[in-house]
Amino acid sequence: MLEIKTLCAKINETDILKGLSLTVKPGEIHAIMGPNGSGKSTLSKVVCGHPSYEITGGDVTIDGESILEDAPDVRAQKGLFMAFQYPVEIPGVHNGNFLRMIYNAKRKATGLDELDPLEFETFLQEKLKMVEMDDLFLERAVNHGFSGGEKKRNEILQMLVLEPRFVFLDETDSGLDIDALRIVSKAVNQYKNTQTGFVVITHYQRLLSHIVPDVVHVMVDGQLVKTGDKSLALELEEKGYDWLLT
Amino acid sequence: MSQELLDTLTSQDYPYGFVTDIASDTAPKGLNEAIIRLISANKKEPDFMLAFRLKAYKHWLTMTEPSWANVAYPPIDFQAIHYYAAPKTPPKKLNSLDEVDPELLRTFAKLGIPLTEQKQLAGVAVDAIFDSVSVATTYKEKLLQHGVIFCPLSEAVEKYPELIKQYLGSVVSYTDNFYAALNAAVFTEGSFVYVPKNIVCPMELSTYFRINTADTGQFERTLIVCEEYASVSYLEGCTAPKFDTNQLHAAVVELVALDHANIKYSTVQNWYAGDPKTGQGGIYNFVTKRGKCLGKQSKISWTQVETGSAITWKYPSCVLIGEGSVGEFYSVALTNHFQQADTGTKMIHIGKNTKSTIVSKGISAGRSHNTYRGIVQMNKSAIGAHNFTQCDSMLIGNRCSANTFPTIDVRNASSTVGHEATTVKISEDQLFYCAQRGISQEDAIAAIINGFCKDVFKELPTEFAVEATQLLGLKLENSVG
Repeated sequence: MLEIKTLCAKINETDILKGLSLTVKPGEIHAIMGPNGSGKSTLSKVVCGHPSYEITGGDVTIDGESILEDAPDVRAQKGLFMAFQYPVEIPGVHNGNFLRMIYNAKRKATGLDELDPLEFETFLQEKLKMVEMDDLFLERAVNHGFSGGEKKRNEILQMLVLEPRFVFLDETDSGLDIDALRIVSKAVNQYKNTQTGFVVITHYQRLLSHIVPDVVHVMVDGQLVKTGDKSLALELEEKGYDWLLT
Repeated sequence: MSQELLDTLTSQDYPYGFVTDIASDTAPKGLNEAIIRLISANKKEPDFMLAFRLKAYKHWLTMTEPSWANVAYPPIDFQAIHYYAAPKTPPKKLNSLDEVDPELLRTFAKLGIPLTEQKQLAGVAVDAIFDSVSVATTYKEKLLQHGVIFCPLSEAVEKYPELIKQYLGSVVSYTDNFYAALNAAVFTEGSFVYVPKNIVCPMELSTYFRINTADTGQFERTLIVCEEYASVSYLEGCTAPKFDTNQLHAAVVELVALDHANIKYSTVQNWYAGDPKTGQGGIYNFVTKRGKCLGKQSKISWTQVETGSAITWKYPSCVLIGEGSVGEFYSVALTNHFQQADTGTKMIHIGKNTKSTIVSKGISAGRSHNTYRGIVQMNKSAIGAHNFTQCDSMLIGNRCSANTFPTIDVRNASSTVGHEATTVKISEDQLFYCAQRGISQEDAIAAIINGFCKDVFKELPTEFAVEATQLLGLKLENSVG
């Protein structure tokens, strides 16, 4: 279970998260919606340990143990995954090798033997199909020169490879055309299982009609101000956020 | 990138910094005609070699140290250096490796260079040079069966004086520059390779240089000659113990390629770089390397991975004389801590339709300075000549610097020259992205740097590509917190 307890965080003396609490159990899908600048993207970065943010209060625990002292790579080993809103380009690093590297880092952390390139290739093929990518995709540098849709599919591919326990999808639908949205949603739905908790951060109801949430939260000014079921997303689509701003 | 990360970047250790306790014969410090005569006599050289040395020495006296390089260091006292040091044993010629001082064998084994042939890297012949003398050359007989000569230069002077007379100094003249003149006067050892017509050298050749004695200059000289349709791949590696004082390394390498010959020369340089915290000590690596593509369709390819030395000053170059000859330069230069490197190449196009490729990757970290300096010269006679230069710099942190000084000199209208350059910085976002996927910052930096360097690494002989990758990782070890 992932618990975020009255979490406060700032960047460059500006408070962004102001006592936010959220509990994500395995198998649950939480959606977080909210106006621009409410701190939605900051939440996933802070939980994953981005070095630019300073935590000023609260705690984040996995299965009851605080992860705030852990380096980002250690948090990842504990099963946290974030699909980036803007996936980072790493020129020169072969995408296929990168995927094998992250997979083997996980295996190593859990005391398993690393897979050699051939074994990994077999393992990867099925995942590639799930995001409708071909082998050529692996030959390019990580996200380098990828279209917006390709980058997001690459994020989901990495999720499928790592099989994380808690997933933050940070505006994964932004910049996606309808086909890419369908592919990404389908892959997430295929992966969705009783062991994994999702936090889906989005502006739009359209993603939530593909990835159906159990709970919808509204985030305003660094806090969750309203929580409801999936019908809340439809209500927001219709009414906007103004009625929630005080 | 965080300060913490930068600080740890400046705290890696040099594993080759030990000194071997072995008795050595060392000439008194200083340079004069008597020392040169002593070196020549110790090596039992014929008269033409002594004359060669003295001529160079006299010319050297008229020269001044070059000051145009983008490096800073206190003046060198050339009288405070030993110009000759040799392990006391063996005084006589060795019949087999079994006679080599076991302490020396252990030293090279510790450096990862096993000299006993049964333990050898498969398919690599090694000439091991310790201070001023060659201690062992492996696979000599097997190579000779193919007509390939691979031996210490002093042995070549004795056994093949005609070849030495013809080629030594024919590519890098003693008048070329200050350090080349100094080298010609006092060089003590080096390797000689001769590959006769139509022979493809059956194995990788490799020379391993080790400076051991304190305050010793190392002045080796390598000469490689490839006759028509012959080819060879050669690799040199270098390490030195940690001393507080700077040591001078002024080597000369000359390559000669006749018609359709192919020489590939690779360097993995890891001389002691000085104290990571204070910058004290380390090797001054002032080296002149040049290849002459004399024959038509000949090819000379330099690949270097420069990671060591306090100061590196070297420009492996190609003079492209033969019609259609090809020159290549692939370089990775990594500087960290207080290291300074001013390195690059010269491609001098003289023959028709000559081609050159330059791929330079400079990585600067710590407080280091890394400079690429290159000349591409298309002479009047170089009709239809072609050059492409790719020059990339990577910065790690904000206390280092990278500079590029490319000179392009075109004297005919039919040649083409291309130059591309980029500067990149490993960003915090890239490291966070990798970390979020479970990769440690160290592994992430190594992966990014290997990606940055892969165009160069793929030019290295396979056995050494892995070594080079590990070496870069080692040089940046603990680079992150």
